[in-house]
Amino acid sequence: MGEIEGIYTIWLREAKRYVRYRSRIVTAIFTPLLWLLVFGMGLGSAMKFGGVMNNYQSFIYPGIIAQTILFTCVMAGIGIIMDKEYGFLKEIMVAPLSRTSIIFGKSLGISTGAIIQAIILFFLSFLVGVSMTPLIFILGIIVSIIIAIGLSGLGLLIASFMDSMEGFNLVMSFVIMPVFLLSGALFPVTGLPEWLSFIVYLDPLTYGVDALRAIILNNSVMPLEIDILIVSLFAVFMVLLSAIVFTKKEQNLM
Amino acid sequence: MTNIIETKNLSKTYDEFKAVDSINLKIKKNSVYGILGPNGAGKSTLISMLCTILKPSSGKAIVNGYDVEKESNKVRDSIGIVFQTRAVDNILTGREHLEMHAALYGVDKNVRKERINDVLELIALGSKIDEHVKNYSGGMVRRLEIGRGLIHHPQILFLDEPTLGLDLRTRESIWKYIEELKNTIDITVILTTHYLEEADHLCDEIAIIDNGKIIKTGSPKKLKEELKSDIITLKTSEKEKFSNILENKSFIQDIFNKDDELKLSVEKGENLIPKIIKIAEDENINIKSIEVSHPSLEDVFIKYTGRKISDTSFNKKSKKMRR
Repeated sequence: MGEIEGIYTIWLREAKRYVRYRSRIVTAIFTPLLWLLVFGMGLGSAMKFGGVMNNYQSFIYPGIIAQTILFTCVMAGIGIIMDKEYGFLKEIMVAPLSRTSIIFGKSLGISTGAIIQAIILFFLSFLVGVSMTPLIFILGIIVSIIIAIGLSGLGLLIASFMDSMEGFNLVMSFVIMPVFLLSGALFPVTGLPEWLSFIVYLDPLTYGVDALRAIILNNSVMPLEIDILIVSLFAVFMVLLSAIVFTKKEQNLM
Repeated sequence: MTNIIETKNLSKTYDEFKAVDSINLKIKKNSVYGILGPNGAGKSTLISMLCTILKPSSGKAIVNGYDVEKESNKVRDSIGIVFQTRAVDNILTGREHLEMHAALYGVDKNVRKERINDVLELIALGSKIDEHVKNYSGGMVRRLEIGRGLIHHPQILFLDEPTLGLDLRTRESIWKYIEELKNTIDITVILTTHYLEEADHLCDEIAIIDNGKIIKTGSPKKLKEELKSDIITLKTSEKEKFSNILENKSFIQDIFNKDDELKLSVEKGENLIPKIIKIAEDENINIKSIEVSHPSLEDVFIKYTGRKISDTSFNKKSKKMRR
Protein backbone atom coordinates (compact mmCIF):
# COMPACT_ATOMS: atom_id res chain seq x y z
CA MET A 1 0.00 0.00 0.00
CA GLY A 2 2.72 2.42 0.99
CA GLU A 3 4.60 1.77 -2.22
CA ILE A 4 1.52 2.19 -4.41
CA GLU A 5 0.69 5.45 -2.74
CA GLY A 6 4.31 6.49 -3.18
CA ILE A 7 4.12 5.74 -6.90
CA TYR A 8 0.87 7.70 -7.11
CA THR A 9 2.37 10.65 -5.25
CA ILE A 10 5.38 10.86 -7.53
CA TRP A 11 3.15 10.47 -10.58
CA LEU A 12 0.89 13.25 -9.33
CA ARG A 13 3.74 15.68 -8.88
CA GLU A 14 5.07 14.94 -12.36
CA ALA A 15 1.63 15.35 -13.91
CA LYS A 16 1.09 18.65 -12.10
CA ARG A 17 4.41 19.91 -13.38
CA TYR A 18 3.45 18.98 -16.91
CA VAL A 19 0.11 20.73 -16.78
CA ARG A 20 1.55 23.86 -15.18
CA TYR A 21 4.18 24.36 -17.85
CA ARG A 22 1.65 25.07 -20.56
CA SER A 23 4.16 26.30 -23.11
CA ARG A 24 5.63 22.84 -23.21
CA ILE A 25 2.37 21.35 -24.45
CA VAL A 26 2.12 23.91 -27.23
CA THR A 27 5.61 23.25 -28.59
CA ALA A 28 5.12 19.54 -28.17
CA ILE A 29 2.14 19.67 -30.52
CA PHE A 30 3.62 22.18 -32.92
CA THR A 31 6.70 20.12 -33.82
CA PRO A 32 4.85 16.95 -34.87
CA LEU A 33 2.45 19.06 -36.92
CA LEU A 34 5.41 20.56 -38.75
CA TRP A 35 6.66 17.10 -39.54
CA LEU A 36 3.28 15.85 -40.66
CA LEU A 37 2.11 18.82 -42.63
CA VAL A 38 5.32 20.31 -43.99
CA PHE A 39 7.74 17.39 -44.20
CA GLY A 40 5.06 14.80 -44.96
CA MET A 41 3.30 16.95 -47.54
CA GLY A 42 6.53 18.18 -49.11
CA LEU A 43 8.27 14.86 -49.47
CA GLY A 44 5.02 13.07 -50.25
CA SER A 45 4.28 15.42 -53.14
CA ALA A 46 7.81 15.40 -54.48
CA MET A 47 8.19 11.65 -54.73
CA LYS A 48 6.10 8.69 -55.57
CA PHE A 49 6.72 5.74 -53.29
CA GLY A 50 6.24 2.18 -54.38
CA GLY A 51 4.48 -0.56 -52.49
CA VAL A 52 2.13 -0.02 -49.60
CA MET A 53 2.11 3.69 -49.45
CA ASN A 54 -0.57 5.54 -51.25
CA ASN A 55 -0.16 8.53 -49.05
CA TYR A 56 3.18 9.41 -47.45
CA GLN A 57 1.57 11.71 -44.88
CA SER A 58 -0.59 8.98 -43.47
CA PHE A 59 2.32 6.56 -43.62
CA ILE A 60 4.46 8.69 -41.32
CA TYR A 61 1.52 9.59 -39.05
CA PRO A 62 2.08 6.67 -36.62
CA GLY A 63 5.79 7.32 -36.81
CA ILE A 64 5.34 10.95 -35.82
CA ILE A 65 3.18 9.93 -32.85
CA ALA A 66 6.02 7.64 -31.76
CA GLN A 67 8.49 10.45 -32.32
CA THR A 68 6.51 12.81 -30.10
CA ILE A 69 6.51 10.21 -27.34
CA LEU A 70 10.24 9.64 -27.83
CA PHE A 71 11.23 13.29 -27.59
CA THR A 72 8.92 14.09 -24.69
CA CYS A 73 9.85 11.06 -22.61
CA VAL A 74 13.60 11.07 -23.06
CA MET A 75 13.82 14.81 -22.50
CA ALA A 76 11.56 14.71 -19.44
CA GLY A 77 13.52 11.72 -18.14
CA ILE A 78 16.71 13.72 -18.40
CA GLY A 79 14.82 16.49 -16.61
CA ILE A 80 15.44 14.60 -13.39
CA ILE A 81 18.83 16.34 -13.52
CA MET A 82 16.98 19.59 -12.93
CA ASP A 83 15.42 18.01 -9.86
CA LYS A 84 18.91 17.18 -8.77
CA GLU A 85 20.20 20.67 -9.41
CA TYR A 86 17.29 22.31 -7.63
CA GLY A 87 17.59 19.83 -4.82
CA PHE A 88 14.10 18.38 -4.96
CA LEU A 89 15.42 14.92 -5.78
CA LYS A 90 16.85 14.68 -2.27
CA GLU A 91 13.41 15.06 -0.76
CA ILE A 92 12.21 12.12 -2.82
CA MET A 93 15.30 9.98 -2.39
CA VAL A 94 15.27 10.06 1.40
CA ALA A 95 11.63 9.02 1.59
CA PRO A 96 11.07 5.51 2.91
CA LEU A 97 10.19 4.18 -0.53
CA SER A 98 11.84 1.64 -2.82
CA ARG A 99 13.93 2.99 -5.71
CA THR A 100 11.86 0.94 -8.15
CA SER A 101 8.68 2.66 -7.00
CA ILE A 102 10.34 6.05 -7.37
CA ILE A 103 11.50 5.31 -10.92
CA PHE A 104 8.20 3.72 -11.87
CA GLY A 105 6.19 6.64 -10.49
CA LYS A 106 8.46 9.03 -12.29
CA SER A 107 8.15 7.26 -15.64
CA LEU A 108 4.38 7.01 -15.26
CA GLY A 109 4.29 10.74 -14.63
CA ILE A 110 6.45 11.53 -17.63
CA SER A 111 4.39 9.16 -19.76
CA THR A 112 1.23 11.00 -18.79
CA GLY A 113 2.53 14.13 -20.45
CA ALA A 114 3.54 12.20 -23.55
CA ILE A 115 0.15 10.50 -23.71
CA ILE A 116 -1.70 13.81 -23.52
CA GLN A 117 0.22 14.84 -26.63
CA ALA A 118 -0.43 11.51 -28.31
CA ILE A 119 -4.17 11.88 -27.65
CA ILE A 120 -4.18 15.31 -29.25
CA LEU A 121 -2.40 13.86 -32.28
CA PHE A 122 -4.90 11.01 -32.48
CA PHE A 123 -7.69 13.58 -32.62
CA LEU A 124 -5.90 15.38 -35.45
CA SER A 125 -5.79 12.25 -37.62
CA PHE A 126 -8.23 13.82 -40.10
CA LEU A 127 -5.52 16.31 -41.08
CA VAL A 128 -3.59 13.54 -42.78
CA GLY A 129 -6.60 11.64 -44.05
CA VAL A 130 -6.52 8.79 -41.53
CA SER A 131 -9.86 7.60 -40.20
CA MET A 132 -10.07 7.09 -36.44
CA THR A 133 -12.37 4.63 -34.69
CA PRO A 134 -12.79 4.15 -30.94
CA LEU A 135 -11.04 0.79 -31.15
CA ILE A 136 -8.04 2.23 -32.99
CA PHE A 137 -7.94 5.06 -30.50
CA ILE A 138 -8.00 2.83 -27.42
CA LEU A 139 -5.50 0.30 -28.75
CA GLY A 140 -3.26 3.11 -29.99
CA ILE A 141 -3.25 4.79 -26.58
CA ILE A 142 -2.49 1.54 -24.77
CA VAL A 143 0.51 0.87 -27.02
CA SER A 144 1.60 4.50 -26.66
CA ILE A 145 1.58 4.16 -22.86
CA ILE A 146 3.83 1.11 -23.01
CA ILE A 147 6.22 2.84 -25.41
CA ALA A 148 6.24 5.94 -23.21
CA ILE A 149 7.12 4.04 -20.03
CA GLY A 150 10.06 2.36 -21.75
CA LEU A 151 11.37 5.58 -23.23
CA SER A 152 11.05 7.56 -20.00
CA GLY A 153 12.95 4.74 -18.32
CA LEU A 154 15.62 5.24 -20.98
CA GLY A 155 15.70 8.98 -20.28
CA LEU A 156 16.03 8.39 -16.52
CA LEU A 157 18.78 5.86 -17.14
CA ILE A 158 20.74 8.33 -19.26
CA ALA A 159 20.19 11.03 -16.64
CA SER A 160 21.69 8.87 -13.93
CA PHE A 161 24.99 9.00 -15.82
CA MET A 162 24.89 12.76 -16.34
CA ASP A 163 25.95 15.47 -13.93
CA SER A 164 24.37 18.45 -15.59
CA MET A 165 22.26 19.49 -18.54
CA GLU A 166 25.45 20.30 -20.44
CA GLY A 167 25.56 16.79 -21.85
CA PHE A 168 22.11 17.24 -23.33
CA ASN A 169 23.34 17.93 -26.88
CA LEU A 170 25.22 14.65 -26.83
CA VAL A 171 22.07 12.81 -25.87
CA MET A 172 20.16 14.59 -28.63
CA SER A 173 22.74 13.61 -31.26
CA PHE A 174 23.63 10.15 -30.08
CA VAL A 175 20.40 8.83 -28.60
CA ILE A 176 17.25 10.70 -29.55
CA MET A 177 17.97 11.35 -33.22
CA PRO A 178 19.35 7.87 -34.03
CA VAL A 179 16.49 6.16 -32.21
CA PHE A 180 14.04 8.30 -34.17
CA LEU A 181 15.63 7.99 -37.61
CA LEU A 182 16.32 4.28 -37.29
CA SER A 183 12.80 3.44 -36.15
CA GLY A 184 11.25 3.46 -39.60
CA ALA A 185 9.07 6.39 -38.59
CA LEU A 186 9.83 8.07 -41.92
CA PHE A 187 10.45 5.13 -44.26
CA PRO A 188 9.46 1.49 -44.66
CA VAL A 189 11.91 -0.86 -43.00
CA THR A 190 11.53 -3.50 -45.66
CA GLY A 191 14.00 -3.65 -48.51
CA LEU A 192 16.80 -1.80 -46.70
CA PRO A 193 20.49 -2.71 -47.15
CA GLU A 194 21.42 -5.46 -44.76
CA TRP A 195 23.61 -3.37 -42.42
CA LEU A 196 20.92 -0.74 -42.06
CA SER A 197 18.21 -3.30 -41.62
CA PHE A 198 20.26 -4.89 -38.83
CA ILE A 199 20.51 -1.63 -36.89
CA VAL A 200 16.89 -0.78 -37.51
CA TYR A 201 15.79 -4.00 -35.84
CA LEU A 202 17.96 -3.24 -32.82
CA ASP A 203 16.05 -0.03 -32.26
CA PRO A 204 13.26 -0.61 -29.74
CA LEU A 205 11.22 2.19 -31.24
CA THR A 206 11.01 0.25 -34.55
CA TYR A 207 8.61 -2.13 -32.83
CA GLY A 208 6.64 0.73 -31.33
CA VAL A 209 6.23 2.40 -34.71
CA ASP A 210 5.35 -0.93 -36.31
CA ALA A 211 2.72 -1.60 -33.63
CA LEU A 212 1.14 1.82 -34.06
CA ARG A 213 1.18 1.38 -37.83
CA ALA A 214 -0.49 -2.00 -37.43
CA ILE A 215 -3.22 -0.48 -35.29
CA ILE A 216 -3.77 2.76 -37.18
CA LEU A 217 -3.10 1.76 -40.79
CA ASN A 218 -3.57 -1.98 -40.47
CA ASN A 219 -0.20 -2.30 -42.15
CA SER A 220 2.83 -3.71 -40.39
CA VAL A 221 6.02 -5.64 -40.95
CA MET A 222 5.71 -7.86 -37.90
CA PRO A 223 2.64 -9.31 -36.16
CA LEU A 224 1.15 -6.83 -33.69
CA GLU A 225 1.52 -9.27 -30.77
CA ILE A 226 5.26 -9.58 -31.34
CA ASP A 227 5.60 -5.79 -31.51
CA ILE A 228 3.67 -5.33 -28.28
CA LEU A 229 5.64 -8.07 -26.56
CA ILE A 230 8.99 -6.49 -27.47
CA VAL A 231 7.86 -2.99 -26.52
CA SER A 232 6.55 -4.28 -23.16
CA LEU A 233 9.77 -6.15 -22.44
CA PHE A 234 11.70 -2.99 -23.24
CA ALA A 235 9.56 -1.00 -20.80
CA VAL A 236 10.01 -3.47 -17.94
CA PHE A 237 13.73 -3.75 -18.65
CA MET A 238 14.28 0.01 -18.74
CA VAL A 239 12.40 0.70 -15.50
CA LEU A 240 14.18 -2.07 -13.64
CA LEU A 241 17.57 -1.16 -15.05
CA SER A 242 17.26 2.50 -14.13
CA ALA A 243 16.00 1.53 -10.68
CA ILE A 244 19.11 -0.60 -10.22
CA VAL A 245 21.42 2.12 -11.48
CA PHE A 246 19.70 4.71 -9.28
CA THR A 247 20.15 2.53 -6.24
CA LYS A 248 23.81 2.06 -7.10
CA LYS A 249 24.47 5.69 -7.83
CA GLU A 250 22.14 7.03 -5.19
CA GLN A 251 24.91 8.70 -3.29
CA ASN A 252 25.99 10.77 -6.28
CA LEU A 253 22.45 12.01 -6.71
CA MET A 254 22.40 13.92 -3.51
CA MET B 1 16.48 4.46 25.59
CA THR B 2 18.20 7.61 26.69
CA ASN B 3 20.52 7.91 23.72
CA ILE B 4 18.59 8.26 20.50
CA ILE B 5 21.72 8.27 18.38
CA GLU B 6 24.90 6.36 18.98
CA THR B 7 27.81 5.96 16.65
CA LYS B 8 30.86 3.81 16.99
CA ASN B 9 34.02 4.69 15.07
CA LEU B 10 31.87 6.02 12.26
CA SER B 11 34.10 6.89 9.29
CA LYS B 12 33.77 7.97 5.70
CA THR B 13 36.79 7.84 3.45
CA TYR B 14 37.08 9.10 -0.10
CA ASP B 15 40.20 7.64 -1.68
CA GLU B 16 42.86 8.80 0.75
CA PHE B 17 40.81 11.57 2.24
CA LYS B 18 39.11 10.97 5.57
CA ALA B 19 36.02 13.15 5.55
CA VAL B 20 34.76 11.67 8.80
CA ASP B 21 37.27 9.95 11.02
CA SER B 22 36.18 7.46 13.71
CA ILE B 23 33.45 9.51 15.27
CA ASN B 24 31.78 8.37 18.48
CA LEU B 25 28.62 10.24 19.31
CA LYS B 26 26.02 9.81 21.99
CA ILE B 27 23.01 12.03 21.59
CA LYS B 28 20.35 12.20 24.27
CA LYS B 29 16.70 11.91 23.43
CA ASN B 30 14.79 15.19 23.22
CA SER B 31 17.88 17.33 23.27
CA VAL B 32 19.13 19.85 20.79
CA TYR B 33 22.53 18.71 19.65
CA GLY B 34 24.84 20.93 17.65
CA ILE B 35 27.62 19.80 15.38
CA LEU B 36 29.91 22.76 15.11
CA GLY B 37 32.80 23.14 12.77
CA PRO B 38 34.22 25.14 9.90
CA ASN B 39 33.34 24.52 6.27
CA GLY B 40 34.68 21.19 5.09
CA ALA B 41 35.06 19.80 8.60
CA GLY B 42 32.86 16.82 7.74
CA LYS B 43 29.61 17.99 9.31
CA SER B 44 27.42 17.32 6.29
CA THR B 45 29.10 14.00 5.59
CA LEU B 46 28.44 12.94 9.18
CA ILE B 47 24.79 13.98 9.00
CA SER B 48 24.36 12.31 5.61
CA MET B 49 25.49 9.03 7.09
CA LEU B 50 23.10 9.37 10.03
CA CYS B 51 20.29 10.09 7.54
CA THR B 52 21.14 6.97 5.47
CA ILE B 53 22.02 9.08 2.44
CA LEU B 54 25.66 8.06 2.56
CA LYS B 55 26.99 4.64 3.40
CA PRO B 56 29.69 4.66 6.07
CA SER B 57 33.10 3.32 5.00
CA SER B 58 33.47 1.74 8.39
CA GLY B 59 32.02 1.89 11.86
CA LYS B 60 28.44 1.80 12.98
CA ALA B 61 25.58 4.17 13.62
CA ILE B 62 22.35 3.44 15.47
CA VAL B 63 19.55 5.95 14.97
CA ASN B 64 16.37 5.56 17.00
CA GLY B 65 17.39 1.98 17.68
CA TYR B 66 17.93 1.07 14.03
CA ASP B 67 21.15 0.42 12.17
CA VAL B 68 21.58 3.01 9.41
CA GLU B 69 22.94 0.44 6.97
CA LYS B 70 20.79 -2.59 7.65
CA GLU B 71 17.49 -0.92 8.52
CA SER B 72 17.68 2.24 6.47
CA ASN B 73 13.94 2.40 5.70
CA LYS B 74 13.11 2.27 9.40
CA VAL B 75 15.65 4.99 10.08
CA ARG B 76 14.11 7.08 7.31
CA ASP B 77 10.71 6.63 8.90
CA SER B 78 11.97 8.01 12.19
CA ILE B 79 13.74 11.10 10.94
CA GLY B 80 12.96 14.39 9.28
CA ILE B 81 15.62 16.19 7.30
CA VAL B 82 16.14 19.77 6.27
CA PHE B 83 18.98 19.86 3.80
CA GLN B 84 21.64 22.48 3.57
CA THR B 85 20.57 23.43 0.06
CA ARG B 86 16.95 24.05 -0.78
CA ALA B 87 14.96 20.98 -1.70
CA VAL B 88 11.68 22.33 -3.00
CA ASP B 89 9.91 22.33 -6.34
CA ASN B 90 9.21 25.87 -7.51
CA ILE B 91 6.11 24.98 -9.44
CA LEU B 92 4.31 23.34 -6.54
CA THR B 93 2.59 25.23 -3.74
CA GLY B 94 3.71 25.01 -0.13
CA ARG B 95 0.65 22.98 0.76
CA GLU B 96 1.35 20.55 -2.05
CA HIS B 97 4.83 20.01 -0.65
CA LEU B 98 3.33 19.13 2.71
CA GLU B 99 0.70 16.83 1.18
CA MET B 100 3.28 15.10 -0.94
CA HIS B 101 5.58 14.58 1.99
CA ALA B 102 2.78 13.13 4.10
CA ALA B 103 1.95 10.67 1.33
CA LEU B 104 5.57 9.66 0.74
CA TYR B 105 6.03 8.94 4.44
CA GLY B 106 2.82 6.97 4.66
CA VAL B 107 1.02 9.29 7.07
CA ASP B 108 -2.46 7.86 7.57
CA LYS B 109 -5.00 9.57 5.29
CA ASN B 110 -7.36 10.28 8.21
CA VAL B 111 -4.89 12.37 10.12
CA ARG B 112 -3.16 14.01 7.17
CA LYS B 113 -5.28 17.16 7.11
CA GLU B 114 -4.89 17.60 10.83
CA ARG B 115 -1.13 17.13 10.70
CA ILE B 116 -0.81 19.61 7.88
CA ASN B 117 -2.92 22.14 9.79
CA ASP B 118 -0.77 21.66 12.88
CA VAL B 119 2.36 22.29 10.89
CA LEU B 120 0.81 25.28 9.15
CA GLU B 121 0.14 26.86 12.49
CA LEU B 122 3.74 26.33 13.49
CA ILE B 123 5.37 27.62 10.32
CA ALA B 124 2.98 30.56 10.02
CA LEU B 125 3.11 30.99 6.28
CA GLY B 126 -0.45 32.25 6.18
CA SER B 127 -2.11 32.40 2.79
CA LYS B 128 1.28 32.07 1.10
CA ILE B 129 0.99 28.35 1.64
CA ASP B 130 -1.25 28.08 -1.42
CA GLU B 131 1.13 29.98 -3.64
CA HIS B 132 3.85 28.49 -5.79
CA VAL B 133 7.11 28.16 -3.89
CA LYS B 134 8.91 30.30 -6.47
CA ASN B 135 7.25 33.32 -4.81
CA TYR B 136 8.73 32.49 -1.41
CA SER B 137 11.61 34.26 0.27
CA GLY B 138 14.61 32.32 1.57
CA GLY B 139 13.28 32.32 5.12
CA MET B 140 9.85 31.15 4.03
CA VAL B 141 11.34 28.24 2.10
CA ARG B 142 13.32 27.28 5.20
CA ARG B 143 10.21 27.40 7.38
CA LEU B 144 8.35 25.29 4.84
CA GLU B 145 11.19 22.78 4.76
CA ILE B 146 11.35 22.54 8.52
CA GLY B 147 7.57 22.15 8.69
CA ARG B 148 7.68 19.50 6.03
CA GLY B 149 10.28 17.59 8.00
CA LEU B 150 7.84 17.43 10.91
CA ILE B 151 4.72 16.19 9.09
CA HIS B 152 5.36 12.52 9.76
CA HIS B 153 6.12 13.15 13.46
CA PRO B 154 9.76 12.12 13.32
CA GLN B 155 11.66 11.26 16.47
CA ILE B 156 14.63 13.18 15.20
CA LEU B 157 14.89 16.28 13.08
CA PHE B 158 18.13 16.91 11.23
CA LEU B 159 18.87 20.48 10.28
CA ASP B 160 21.92 20.89 8.08
CA GLU B 161 23.04 24.52 8.34
CA PRO B 162 19.46 25.72 8.83
CA THR B 163 20.27 29.43 8.60
CA LEU B 164 23.05 29.40 6.02
CA GLY B 165 22.76 32.34 3.70
CA LEU B 166 19.87 33.95 5.55
CA ASP B 167 19.93 37.50 6.81
CA LEU B 168 20.18 38.17 10.52
CA ARG B 169 16.48 38.84 11.08
CA THR B 170 15.40 35.69 9.31
CA ARG B 171 18.04 33.75 11.16
CA GLU B 172 16.69 34.95 14.47
CA SER B 173 13.15 34.03 13.52
CA ILE B 174 14.32 30.53 12.58
CA TRP B 175 16.05 30.24 15.95
CA LYS B 176 12.88 31.28 17.71
CA TYR B 177 11.02 28.74 15.68
CA ILE B 178 13.40 25.93 16.60
CA GLU B 179 13.18 26.89 20.26
CA GLU B 180 9.42 26.85 20.13
CA LEU B 181 9.60 23.47 18.54
CA LYS B 182 11.70 22.02 21.30
CA ASN B 183 9.35 23.45 23.89
CA THR B 184 6.15 22.20 22.29
CA ILE B 185 6.90 18.68 21.07
CA ASP B 186 9.04 15.70 21.98
CA ILE B 187 11.75 15.77 19.42
CA THR B 188 15.50 15.48 19.19
CA VAL B 189 17.01 18.15 16.99
CA ILE B 190 20.43 17.70 15.46
CA LEU B 191 21.84 20.68 13.72
CA THR B 192 25.08 21.46 12.02
CA THR B 193 26.32 24.98 11.90
CA HIS B 194 29.37 27.08 11.58
CA TYR B 195 27.70 30.00 13.30
CA LEU B 196 28.87 30.01 16.87
CA GLU B 197 26.05 32.21 18.11
CA GLU B 198 23.65 29.69 16.67
CA ALA B 199 25.15 26.75 18.53
CA ASP B 200 25.40 28.80 21.69
CA HIS B 201 21.84 30.00 21.43
CA LEU B 202 20.09 26.76 20.59
CA CYS B 203 22.03 23.71 21.67
CA ASP B 204 21.92 21.74 24.88
CA GLU B 205 25.09 20.05 23.84
CA ILE B 206 27.60 20.51 21.08
CA ALA B 207 30.38 18.61 19.42
CA ILE B 208 33.19 20.60 17.90
CA ILE B 209 34.39 18.83 14.81
CA ASP B 210 37.40 19.63 12.69
CA ASN B 211 39.11 17.64 9.95
CA GLY B 212 36.59 14.85 10.38
CA LYS B 213 37.31 14.35 14.07
CA ILE B 214 35.44 15.32 17.20
CA ILE B 215 37.68 17.59 19.18
CA LYS B 216 35.44 18.37 22.10
CA THR B 217 31.91 17.74 23.32
CA GLY B 218 29.83 19.25 26.07
CA SER B 219 27.22 21.88 26.76
CA PRO B 220 28.10 25.35 25.45
CA LYS B 221 28.08 26.59 29.02
CA LYS B 222 30.40 23.89 30.25
CA LEU B 223 32.77 24.33 27.37
CA LYS B 224 33.02 28.01 28.08
CA GLU B 225 33.50 27.39 31.79
CA GLU B 226 36.30 25.00 31.05
CA LEU B 227 38.18 27.85 29.53
CA LYS B 228 38.35 29.18 33.09
CA SER B 229 38.82 32.67 31.98
CA ASP B 230 36.08 35.12 32.70
CA ILE B 231 37.38 38.63 32.48
CA ILE B 232 36.56 41.12 35.22
CA THR B 233 37.10 44.67 34.08
CA LEU B 234 37.17 47.36 36.72
CA LYS B 235 37.91 51.04 36.89
CA THR B 236 39.44 52.67 39.87
CA SER B 237 41.47 55.78 40.64
CA GLU B 238 44.08 53.80 42.55
CA LYS B 239 44.90 51.28 39.90
CA GLU B 240 48.53 50.56 40.82
CA LYS B 241 47.81 50.00 44.47
CA PHE B 242 44.84 47.74 43.86
CA SER B 243 46.72 45.76 41.27
CA ASN B 244 49.52 45.09 43.76
CA ILE B 245 47.06 43.92 46.37
CA LEU B 246 45.20 41.60 44.03
CA GLU B 247 48.34 40.10 42.55
CA ASN B 248 48.84 37.93 45.63
CA LYS B 249 45.31 36.53 45.72
CA SER B 250 45.02 32.89 44.73
CA PHE B 251 41.81 33.29 42.69
CA ILE B 252 43.45 35.66 40.22
CA GLN B 253 45.05 33.97 37.25
CA ASP B 254 46.34 37.04 35.53
CA ILE B 255 46.17 40.81 35.69
CA PHE B 256 46.34 43.17 32.75
CA ASN B 257 46.87 46.87 33.17
CA LYS B 258 45.23 48.59 30.29
CA ASP B 259 44.70 52.32 29.92
CA ASP B 260 42.55 53.31 32.87
CA GLU B 261 41.19 49.79 33.31
CA LEU B 262 42.27 46.76 35.23
CA LYS B 263 41.49 43.41 33.60
CA LEU B 264 41.45 40.34 35.80
CA SER B 265 41.46 36.87 34.34
CA VAL B 266 39.50 34.64 36.73
CA GLU B 267 37.30 31.61 37.08
CA LYS B 268 33.55 32.10 37.59
CA GLY B 269 33.68 35.87 37.65
CA GLU B 270 30.20 36.50 39.07
CA ASN B 271 31.03 34.77 42.34
CA LEU B 272 34.13 36.87 42.80
CA ILE B 273 32.65 40.32 42.46
CA PRO B 274 31.50 40.64 46.11
CA LYS B 275 34.89 39.40 47.23
CA ILE B 276 36.76 41.92 45.15
CA ILE B 277 34.55 44.75 46.28
CA LYS B 278 35.08 43.73 49.87
CA ILE B 279 38.86 43.78 49.42
CA ALA B 280 38.62 47.22 47.88
CA GLU B 281 36.50 48.51 50.77
CA ASP B 282 38.89 47.12 53.35
CA GLU B 283 41.73 48.93 51.64
CA ASN B 284 39.70 52.07 51.19
CA ILE B 285 39.90 51.93 47.46
CA ASN B 286 37.07 53.40 45.47
CA ILE B 287 35.85 51.28 42.56
CA LYS B 288 34.11 53.30 39.84
CA SER B 289 32.77 50.41 37.80
CA ILE B 290 33.09 46.67 37.54
CA GLU B 291 31.88 44.18 34.96
CA VAL B 292 32.27 40.51 34.06
CA SER B 293 32.53 39.18 30.54
CA HIS B 294 32.31 35.51 29.64
CA PRO B 295 34.33 33.79 26.99
CA SER B 296 32.48 33.19 23.75
CA LEU B 297 32.26 29.90 21.92
CA GLU B 298 34.65 31.52 19.50
CA ASP B 299 37.25 31.49 22.28
CA VAL B 300 36.45 27.84 22.90
CA PHE B 301 36.86 27.10 19.24
CA ILE B 302 40.17 28.91 19.05
CA LYS B 303 41.45 27.06 22.04
CA TYR B 304 40.69 23.60 20.65
CA THR B 305 41.46 24.09 16.99
CA GLY B 306 44.06 26.77 17.24
CA ARG B 307 42.24 29.05 14.84
CA LYS B 308 39.11 31.08 14.34
CA ILE B 309 36.11 29.33 12.83
CA SER B 310 35.68 31.87 10.09
CA ASP B 311 39.19 31.93 8.67
CA THR B 312 39.56 28.30 7.74
CA SER B 313 40.73 27.84 4.22
CA PHE B 314 39.32 24.55 3.12
CA ASN B 315 41.02 22.51 0.47
CA LYS B 316 39.48 21.51 -2.83
CA LYS B 317 38.90 17.96 -1.83
CA SER B 318 36.82 18.66 1.20
CA LYS B 319 34.82 21.19 -0.72
CA LYS B 320 33.95 18.59 -3.29
CA MET B 321 33.01 16.06 -0.68
CA ARG B 322 30.57 18.35 0.93
CA ARG B 323 28.46 18.59 -2.17
